[in-house]
Amino acid sequence: MSKGTFEIKVGLAEMLKGGVIMDVTNSDQAKIAEDAGACAVMALERIPADIRKDGGISRMSDPEMIRRIQEQVSIPVMAKCRIGHFAEAQVLETLDIDFIDESEVLTPADEHNHIWKHDFKAPFVCGCRNLGEALRRISEGAAMIRTKGEAGSGNIVEAVRHMRTVMTEIKRVTRLEKDELVAEAKNLGAPLSLVQQVAKLGKLPVPNFAAGGIATPADASLMMQLGAETVFVGSGIFKSDDPAMRAKAVVEATTHYRDPIRVAAASTGLKSAMKGLDMSEIPMEERLQERGW
Amino acid sequence: MVIKVGVLELQGDFALHHKVFSKLGIESIPVKVAKDLDSIDGLVIPGGESTTISLLIDTFHLRQALIEFGNEKPVMGTCAGLILMAKNVHDERINPLGFLNVTVDRNAYGRQIESSTELVKYFFNSPINIELETVLIRAPKISKLGENVHVIGELNGSPVAVISGHHLGLTFHPELNGIDLFHQILFNPNSDHYYKKINQNYAA
Repeated sequence: MSKGTFEIKVGLAEMLKGGVIMDVTNSDQAKIAEDAGACAVMALERIPADIRKDGGISRMSDPEMIRRIQEQVSIPVMAKCRIGHFAEAQVLETLDIDFIDESEVLTPADEHNHIWKHDFKAPFVCGCRNLGEALRRISEGAAMIRTKGEAGSGNIVEAVRHMRTVMTEIKRVTRLEKDELVAEAKNLGAPLSLVQQVAKLGKLPVPNFAAGGIATPADASLMMQLGAETVFVGSGIFKSDDPAMRAKAVVEATTHYRDPIRVAAASTGLKSAMKGLDMSEIPMEERLQERGW
Repeated sequence: MVIKVGVLELQGDFALHHKVFSKLGIESIPVKVAKDLDSIDGLVIPGGESTTISLLIDTFHLRQALIEFGNEKPVMGTCAGLILMAKNVHDERINPLGFLNVTVDRNAYGRQIESSTELVKYFFNSPINIELETVLIRAPKISKLGENVHVIGELNGSPVAVISGHHLGLTFHPELNGIDLFHQILFNPNSDHYYKKINQNYAA
């Protein structure tokens, strides 16, 4: 018998495909998410929009709050630790957390190194803006990759940029000759073995999800059509005027992402989405996506 | 006869099942709405989150069509798929389809950290037994077997694979490590393990 192998970690990520993972800050929200059809929840103390508004240092959530959410729902529960903060990750692992998000949404603890995720039995998800960043995280042991987007912005533009970039770079890699992959690995700043794997598979070797700015059913459909295999919705649900209804609508649009008539039906009659921010309103130094190396 | 299989695509690892069928040279299509069932000879309910899949079956008005389909034609379920095929599930969040006369406990081994790969010996009521790497992810347990349900594999005394007529339920994920034997049981008439042959053995 073996536990905590890379294959098993990727295995859970595979089970989360074709679904919606929702940020929740308490057990009532977790229940709303589960009842709406979320395939997992991300337990965190403040959703990204509030982290952005409140400022200060943002850290791992209180274990007690995570436990209450674990008791409330039967779907997988994820939680975030700071980039490079392996002690927070160790704490989360003792809580039997189903997935750890080493996340740029929290304040980074290490400006050079990410966590060596192979040391853990719990699987990790990490954000990326491009293929090189995705492969560096996978080389450290991430079993799932998501776009960073711009968390808490309610603005899909950055998630689209990151997904497009990853997909375009994957296509490029598949067209290269064997000898050209060495230079490409150097350019990407990624291990050659993983670049070779991408060239062969035509996709990332782990599931590729979308996050950061998804606020509407059509946003979810857009990201799925661009190649995301599941969507994370952070502030988009519980910062809207009708969380339960919007949560259901995003789930429906994700399942039927190729069917505009169903996405239209899901989009109908929803109250206001979160207000959101234009990228010009977020100064460079406040952009969460710039965190991570 | 050319077989065409559907994979229920509400949520979960449906892409991996298509990959297995593609390897076997069997055509497979997505099933998202009831009319998708009209053109297929069999169905796979994939792994995923059983609460989500159960909910979406009702949201998209698939329940009646799935039950009618499954009463007639082969259906295979892996993990969440097995949970949905069961008659009884110890969880009020799940409304199962009731194809397999078994009782199932969700997440019976614990959270993700308890997920594991095991070596399990499968037996088909014949001299041929096959040992396979068996991947259990937040797996359910079959806690009670009803009539006419045959165990084809078990781990520590608990069934991980059961067959009953044209219904096959697995608590694990052969699609994750590319094992195609179980898909062949239901969907490859030329296989030695084709369900009609296995059922003859059980009847004998």
